[in-house]
Amino acid sequence: MSAAITSASSASAGRANRAGRANSVNSANRPRIKPGRIVYHVLVFAFALVMLYPIAWMVFSSFKPTNTVFSTAGQLIPTEWTLDNYANGFKGFEESIPFYRYIGNSLFIAVTATVGTVFSSAIVAYALSRLHFKGRKVLFTAMMISMMLPAQVLMVPQYLWYQKLGWTDSYLPLIVPYCFAIQGFFIYLMMNFIEGIPRSLDEAAQIDGCSYYGIFARVIFPLLTPALVTGCIFSFMWRWDDFLGALLYVSDSAKLPVALALKMFADPSSSSDYGAMFAMASVSILPSVLIFLFFQKYLVEGVSTSGLKG
Amino acid sequence: MSHATATLPSSARNGSGAKTNGLSFRKEGALRALLHKESVAGYVCAFPFIFGFLMFMIVPMILSLWYSFTDYNIIGEASFIGLDNYVEMFTQDDLFWKSLGVTFLFALVSVPLKLVFALIVAMLLLRNSKASGFYRAAYYLPSILGGSVAIAILWRQMFATDGVINQVLGVFGIDSKFAWLGDTRTAIWTLIILAVWQFGSSMLIFLASLKQIPAELYEAASVDGASKWTQFWKITLPLLTPTIFFNLVMQMINGFLAFTQCYIITQGKPMNSTLFYMVHMYDESFTNYHAGYGAAMAWVMLVLVGAVTLFLFATKRFWVYDEEA
Repeated sequence: MSAAITSASSASAGRANRAGRANSVNSANRPRIKPGRIVYHVLVFAFALVMLYPIAWMVFSSFKPTNTVFSTAGQLIPTEWTLDNYANGFKGFEESIPFYRYIGNSLFIAVTATVGTVFSSAIVAYALSRLHFKGRKVLFTAMMISMMLPAQVLMVPQYLWYQKLGWTDSYLPLIVPYCFAIQGFFIYLMMNFIEGIPRSLDEAAQIDGCSYYGIFARVIFPLLTPALVTGCIFSFMWRWDDFLGALLYVSDSAKLPVALALKMFADPSSSSDYGAMFAMASVSILPSVLIFLFFQKYLVEGVSTSGLKG
Repeated sequence: MSHATATLPSSARNGSGAKTNGLSFRKEGALRALLHKESVAGYVCAFPFIFGFLMFMIVPMILSLWYSFTDYNIIGEASFIGLDNYVEMFTQDDLFWKSLGVTFLFALVSVPLKLVFALIVAMLLLRNSKASGFYRAAYYLPSILGGSVAIAILWRQMFATDGVINQVLGVFGIDSKFAWLGDTRTAIWTLIILAVWQFGSSMLIFLASLKQIPAELYEAASVDGASKWTQFWKITLPLLTPTIFFNLVMQMINGFLAFTQCYIITQGKPMNSTLFYMVHMYDESFTNYHAGYGAAMAWVMLVLVGAVTLFLFATKRFWVYDEEA
C-alpha cells in the first residue's frame, strides 16, 4: 500500500506546495502540532486512499501474473511483477486485431470531434454573448436545454434519424454533430469566459476597422485560449470515453474505439484473461489520467465556473 | 484596414468575389454591407448551433414522436398503430414499471448521498494545508474516470465472488463468499456506490462557492456568540442552496438517464433488480428491434425528466436562498 501513497502524493506534490505556501504565514504563529490537526489529516488521508484504492488495485493487478489476479486480490502490490499482460493485451483478442488499432480509432474520433466542437462552440458563444440579433434569447434557452439533456435520452430518436440519413455503421454520428456545437456545455463555458473580456477591446477593434468577424478572429479568439484548452480537455475525455455512441453506430470490429473494444474484451464469454483485461483497461484510462495530472487546473476551473459534470 | 470590409475572412472574400464577378460593384457592396450588419453577423456566427440543434436534436425528436405511434422494427416499414405503444407500456409491460422503479430508487438514493458526501468533503477541504492539493486531486479523480468502460469492468470484478471486496473483508476477518452482483438485495447498491464514489465534481463546485461566502459574515456571527454548528446551519447552508439546487437538478437528470455502468456491470441482472429505464429502452429498441416502442419509451422519459425538473424548480422558492429577496 505504501507504493500507492508515494506515487500518488508525489504526483500532486507541486500543487500541495503551492497551497501550502499561501498558508505558511499563518502556521508559523500556531503551536507546532495540534492533536486536532493530526486527526484531521489521518481521517482525510485515509478516506482519500479508500477512494483511490479501486483504481490502484486495477493498475497493480495488471502487473500480476494473470492466474494470480484473483487468488491474490486482497493484496495490492504484486509479489511477482510481469509485463506479459500488456504484451498479450496489445496482441488483441479477436480476429487478431492488435489493440493499438482501437487506440488509433479512438484518437481519430476524439480529436476530430473535439476540434469541431471547440471551434464551432467558440464562434457560437461569440454570437450569443457579443452580437445583438432577434432570437438570441431563444437560442440561449435552446443552448441551456442542450446542456441539460444527456445524450442517452436521445439515443433512439437520433438512431432512427441517422439511419434515415444512412449514417449508421460509420463514424459520422460520432463526429459530425459535434462539429455543430451540439453540446451546450462548451458554448456556456466559452460564453462565461467571453463575458470577462472587456468590451472596450471590441470597440477599439471596430474603430480600427474590424468587422464583427474580424473582432472574433483577431480579438476574442486569441484571448479565448484558456477556455479553448478547457474545452479541448473535457471534449477529448468525453469523446474518448464515449461508449453509447460506439455501441450504437460501430459494428465493424476493425473500427471499434477503445471503449467498445474493451467491453467486448471483458465479456465473460469471450475471455478469461483477467490480467490482460486489466492491462488494457489501465491503458484506456491513461489519456484521462495524464490529462488530469497535467491540466488539473483547467479541469477544476471548468467544473467550478460552469459547474457541470466532470 | 481603413475600409470596414478589409478584414473579412479570406474565404468569405474569395467566395463572394467569385460569385459576383460579373455583377456591378454596387451589388457586391450591398452583399458585403448585409454581411456586416450586426444582426446578420449574429446569425452567421450562431449558424453552427442553429443548424446543429435543429438537425441533431429537434428533427430526431419530432421524427421519433411519429415513430412512437408506429410499429417499427428498424429494417422494415413503419405501420401506424396510434397509441398502442403507450397503452402496451402502461398496461402490459411489467418491465417498464419495474425499470421505472429501479431508476427512481437509484436516482433518489444516489443523488442525495452524492451531494451530502460532496458537501462534507468540501467543508473538510476548505481548511488549507500542505496536503489540500493532493486531497482535492484524490477525491476528484474518480469523477474523471468513473464514466469509463474500464471502471465499469473494474467494478464488476471488484464485487465478484473472488473479487477485492470479499478479499478485503477476509483481511478483516470476515470470511465472505457473498455474490454482491448476484443478489437482488445488493446488486443495485454496487451501482449506487459507484455513482456516489464520483462525488468529486460536485465537491469542486461546492468548494468554489464556499470560498465565495464573505468571511465578514462568520466574523460577525462569532462576535454575536454563534457556534460553528449554528454558523453552518444559519450562514453556510442557506448561502449554498443555489449551488445545491443546481447540482441537484443536473445530477437528478443524469441519474434518471444512467446507462453505461448498468449496461456493463449488471445488465439488469439479477431478476431485473438493476434494470435501468435506459437499459430496458435499449434492449427493446436494439435487441428486440421494437424501435417504435423504444421511441415511445424515450418520449415518456423525456416528459418525466421535464416534470421532475419543473417540480424541483417549483420547490425552489421554499428552500433556495434568493439574493434579491
